[in-house]
Amino acid sequence: MSNWIEACAADDIDEEDVIRFDHDGRTFAIYRSPDDEYFATDGVCTHEQVHLADGLVMDEIIECPKHNGRFDYRTGEAKGAPVCVNLRTYPVKVEAGKVLIAIG
Amino acid sequence: MNAAPTIRDYSLIGRDAQAAVANGLAAAEWYHTDLARKQMKELMKRSDGPAIRDTLVWLGCMMFFAGLGIALWGTWWCVPFFLAYGVLYGSASDSRWHECGHGTAFKTRWMNDAVYQIASFFMMRNPVTWRWSHARHHTDTVIVGRDPEIAVMRPPDLLRLVLNFFGLLDVWHALGDMGRNALGNVSAEEKTFIPEQEQHKVVRIARLWVAIYAATIALAIYMGSFLPLVLIGLPRLYGAWHHVLTGLLQHGGLADNVTDHRLNSRTVYMNPISGFIYWNMNYHVEHHMFPMVPYHALPKLHEAIKHDLPAPNTSIWNGYREMIPAFIRQLRNEEYFLKRQLPPTARPYREEFHSDAIAAAAE
Repeated sequence: MSNWIEACAADDIDEEDVIRFDHDGRTFAIYRSPDDEYFATDGVCTHEQVHLADGLVMDEIIECPKHNGRFDYRTGEAKGAPVCVNLRTYPVKVEAGKVLIAIG
Repeated sequence: MNAAPTIRDYSLIGRDAQAAVANGLAAAEWYHTDLARKQMKELMKRSDGPAIRDTLVWLGCMMFFAGLGIALWGTWWCVPFFLAYGVLYGSASDSRWHECGHGTAFKTRWMNDAVYQIASFFMMRNPVTWRWSHARHHTDTVIVGRDPEIAVMRPPDLLRLVLNFFGLLDVWHALGDMGRNALGNVSAEEKTFIPEQEQHKVVRIARLWVAIYAATIALAIYMGSFLPLVLIGLPRLYGAWHHVLTGLLQHGGLADNVTDHRLNSRTVYMNPISGFIYWNMNYHVEHHMFPMVPYHALPKLHEAIKHDLPAPNTSIWNGYREMIPAFIRQLRNEEYFLKRQLPPTARPYREEFHSDAIAAAAE
C-alpha cells in the first residue's frame, strides 16, 4: 500500500522548476511542469551522487547540474550519456494546496 | 631506460587512484558559492542564438580562409590564411568540443550534438571516450589518479608542453588511440570511465575516422599534393597553439587533490579574439563551479560570484608570468603550488579538507 507523504506546498515550486525533499534519510526531487503538473523522482542522479534539485528543468527534462545528464522526469527515462540508468519515479497528487508523494 | 620514479602516480588504475577513493577525494562534495536559485536559473537558461551566430562565424571564417589558402596554394601568400584556418580548426574546435559536450552551447540538442561531432573530429578526440573522460574531469578535477585530463602533471614535463603547442604529442597519442580503438581495443584505463554499454561506440567512431583519414591520404597521393592534408588533419598540428596557450592556464601551477575549484582553477581576463576562439572558458573557476551555465552567460556569472573568488589574472601574459615560475619551482619541489589569495568578501578555504602538507608547501 502506498504511503502518501506531504512533501511541500504546491506553490513552493515555480513552474518549470524542481525542489529537493528529504524524508526518512532519503532524498527526492519534486517537479512542477510548464503545464502545472507535479512529478517526483529520486533526488540524486543515477550517474553520480549529485542532487538534481540544483539542476535545470526544461519542458519535461531535468538536467543534472554536475555532468548535464538528462532525464525525462515524468517517466525517469535516462536520455543519454553520461546517464545510462533510469531514475525511479513516484506517484504524486495535489490535495488542498499540498503536494503528496507516494513512497513505497 | 625507465623514467625516474615520481611521488605522484597519475595512472587511473594505480596507487593514487586507490588512495583518492580511500581518502574520500573521489566523487567528493565540492565547494560552491551561494547563489539564489532564481538567479541561478536565469544564468543556466539555454538559448540557440549566441551559439548559432558564433558557429556561423567560426565555420564561415574557416571556409573563407581555406578558400583563400587554396586559391593562393603554391605561393607563400597562402601561409597566413592557412595559419588562421589552422587556429579555427585546431584551437577553436577545442572549446566547441567542450561546450557542446556539456550540452550547454545550444538549447536545441541536435545542434549541440552536430557541433560536438565536428569539433571532436577536428581535435582528434573520440567523442565517446572524451565525453566520459570530461565527466570524470568535472567529478574529480585535478585529483591525482582520478582525473584523466590533467594537462600539467608534477613535476612538469616542460618539453612535452612545448611540443604540444604544435600538437605533436597529442596527435601522436590520438592517432595511436584511434588505431587501437579501430582494432576493437578499449584500454583498461578507458574502461575505468566509459560504461560497458558505451564502449562499442568508441570502436565504431574510430573506424569511421580511420576511413576518413585514409581517404584524405589517398586523395593527397592521387593529387600529388599535400593540400588535402593541410585542410584535414595537419591543422590539428599547426593550429593547436592557441588552445594550448589558453588551456594550460585552466589549472596550471595550482593545487591538486583539493575539493574547492577556487584552489585548482584559474579565471583569466582575455582579449575578445581569444575569448571568441576559447568561447569564454577563461572563466574557468566559474565554469567548474557551475558547469550548467552556458559559455555566453559566464561573464554574468563571474560578476555575480567574483566577491567569493580569487582575483582573476588580468591577461594571458599575466597568467603566464604567474604560472611559468610555478612550473620551474615544481621541477625542484613538486609539492609547490600557487595558493591564490581570496578577497575579504569571500568565504575562506576549508583548510580542514585539504592536506596540511600541501598547504604548507604553498606560498
